[in-house]
Amino acid sequence: MNLSAETLEKIETTIPKYPEKRSAVMPLLHFVQSEQKYISNEAIEWIAEKLEIEPINVLEVVTFFPYYRQEKLGTVHVRVCRTLSCALMGAYKLGDELEKALDCKMGHTKEDGSVTLEYGECLAACGTGPVVLVDEDLYEKLNQTEAVGPMLEEIKKRAQAGAATE
Amino acid sequence: MAAVERKILLKHADEDYYSPSIDSYLEQGGYEGLKKALAEKPEDLREAVKDSGLRGRGGAGFSCGIKWSLVDRKSGKPIYLICNCDESEPGTFKDRQLVHKDPHQLIEGMMISAFANDVALAFIYIREEMPLGAKILEKAIEEARAKNLVGENILGSGYSCDIVVHRGAGAYICGEETGLIESMEGKRPYPRIKPPFFPAVLGLYQCPTIVNNVETLCNVVHVVNMGVEEYTKIGRHGNTGTRIWCVSGMVKNPGYYEIEPMTMKEFLYDVCGGPLPGRKFKGCIPGGGSMKILGAEETYTDREGKSFSFDEIIVDYDGIAAAGSMSGSSGMMILDDSTDIVEALANITAFYAHESCGQCTPCREGSLWTKKITARMCTGGARPQDVDLLYDMAGNIGGRTVCPMGYSTTWPVQSYIEKFRDEFDSKAQANECGMKSFDERLIEK
Repeated sequence: MNLSAETLEKIETTIPKYPEKRSAVMPLLHFVQSEQKYISNEAIEWIAEKLEIEPINVLEVVTFFPYYRQEKLGTVHVRVCRTLSCALMGAYKLGDELEKALDCKMGHTKEDGSVTLEYGECLAACGTGPVVLVDEDLYEKLNQTEAVGPMLEEIKKRAQAGAATE
Repeated sequence: MAAVERKILLKHADEDYYSPSIDSYLEQGGYEGLKKALAEKPEDLREAVKDSGLRGRGGAGFSCGIKWSLVDRKSGKPIYLICNCDESEPGTFKDRQLVHKDPHQLIEGMMISAFANDVALAFIYIREEMPLGAKILEKAIEEARAKNLVGENILGSGYSCDIVVHRGAGAYICGEETGLIESMEGKRPYPRIKPPFFPAVLGLYQCPTIVNNVETLCNVVHVVNMGVEEYTKIGRHGNTGTRIWCVSGMVKNPGYYEIEPMTMKEFLYDVCGGPLPGRKFKGCIPGGGSMKILGAEETYTDREGKSFSFDEIIVDYDGIAAAGSMSGSSGMMILDDSTDIVEALANITAFYAHESCGQCTPCREGSLWTKKITARMCTGGARPQDVDLLYDMAGNIGGRTVCPMGYSTTWPVQSYIEKFRDEFDSKAQANECGMKSFDERLIEK
């Protein structure tokens, strides 16, 4: 497994925080996915060995949680909340707009690997809907046209920056 | 006089002078409650929380003090405290405010609760969709540790306790306490069957475990600071303290409001500004997506046979229960006359179908079928008998599953149909296509 020194250090400091090693499976998956953009079979076996459990114990967690991916996520991960409050405020329309503006089909990753665009369930920011989570940043009140522009710029900027480093 | 907010938990959160840093919290008298608590006996603190009448703010509204009193203290095993910050009930966003804007209040509440229950290791289970919140909490814990408010020998009292932040990965079911515990153990979050797995006896690693909501733990700080007598003056009997209501949907001023019990009319008009211009309220989902809807035109009858209108419903645990629903996680979603009720239900059922963990057949299969039937009612292809089918099927889910999520699938379907049957019938018969109201309406403010 090829992981950065920083990620490895995070992993080493996290495991002893738990009374039982197996509890660290979620944080370890988070660390690996944030570096590699997905959870490979190699990663599953590596984590299993690290935590002294069977690979199936890691796989069952990976396949349960929507956040863990076995296919590579785009450089930028865009999640549009589609649950009721946001839907009432125009989340579906926003989703259509983003599909066009980013030239990316909803629920898919662009072929060049720059953007993953998908609907997500309630992001717990219902009072300011519709909302979108771009990687770790929340954008709110996106039924106002002037709010969408800056978000799109940021997404495109991050996608380009990602392409430049690869 | 117009009804107003009463800010206790959110007193400083949105003020200009305030930041999530420990200095800001200490300036406002932060951690005084912890100092006070450490000088008391743990059992006295537990008694105080029980006497305060503090009820859980996460959904069920169970007494926090009684929950603590059920903990098995004779087993000799360690006792764990877990803060449930897996806020994922549609319409709820109060924990987000508390965590992002005032993390130290939560940490102080956790440390007091941990001390009161002889806990040596506490966890915060925060949902994946709040990455910033997890960072803020981790930073706040480090700040508190540097000031000896978390960690070894806290403030020289001889008491030690640490807090670990644990991030979820996008599963609603982790908000259910036994599912959360399974997830903390590194497994799939399949809820456990009760009995025997009551967390107070057999929780995390089969040890006694307390799982409390963020807002509940924040309230503990104020119970200690104010004392039981002062605290119980807030709110009304059986509903002590303030509650933070999250208002979203078709209302003039959506947002989060910390209030004492008041009527629905006072709340929706004085506090939330009333309906959007030219619109009329159709109803409200009072406590997060899984709760039964309250119709705005409906007449309600309480247990004593007294009837009252939507406007007269008292916005607290017992008031909403008297109207036949639950205050749940206090996420209030408002629907108005422009909202298509069938589409609203289709949206909600899609959520629960997505979030069913799949352990119990009635919920796994039932939630999918409620989604499929409501979807075809909206997009064409429904049959007139679908309304009865949907209603009947939903009634066979709740109560037949390991965890209460079965009811989350049942209650919306049943209550929407009972209260807005005409709309369902006409939609099922018309065989029309298109999700109209969601697609075409863009709200301008």
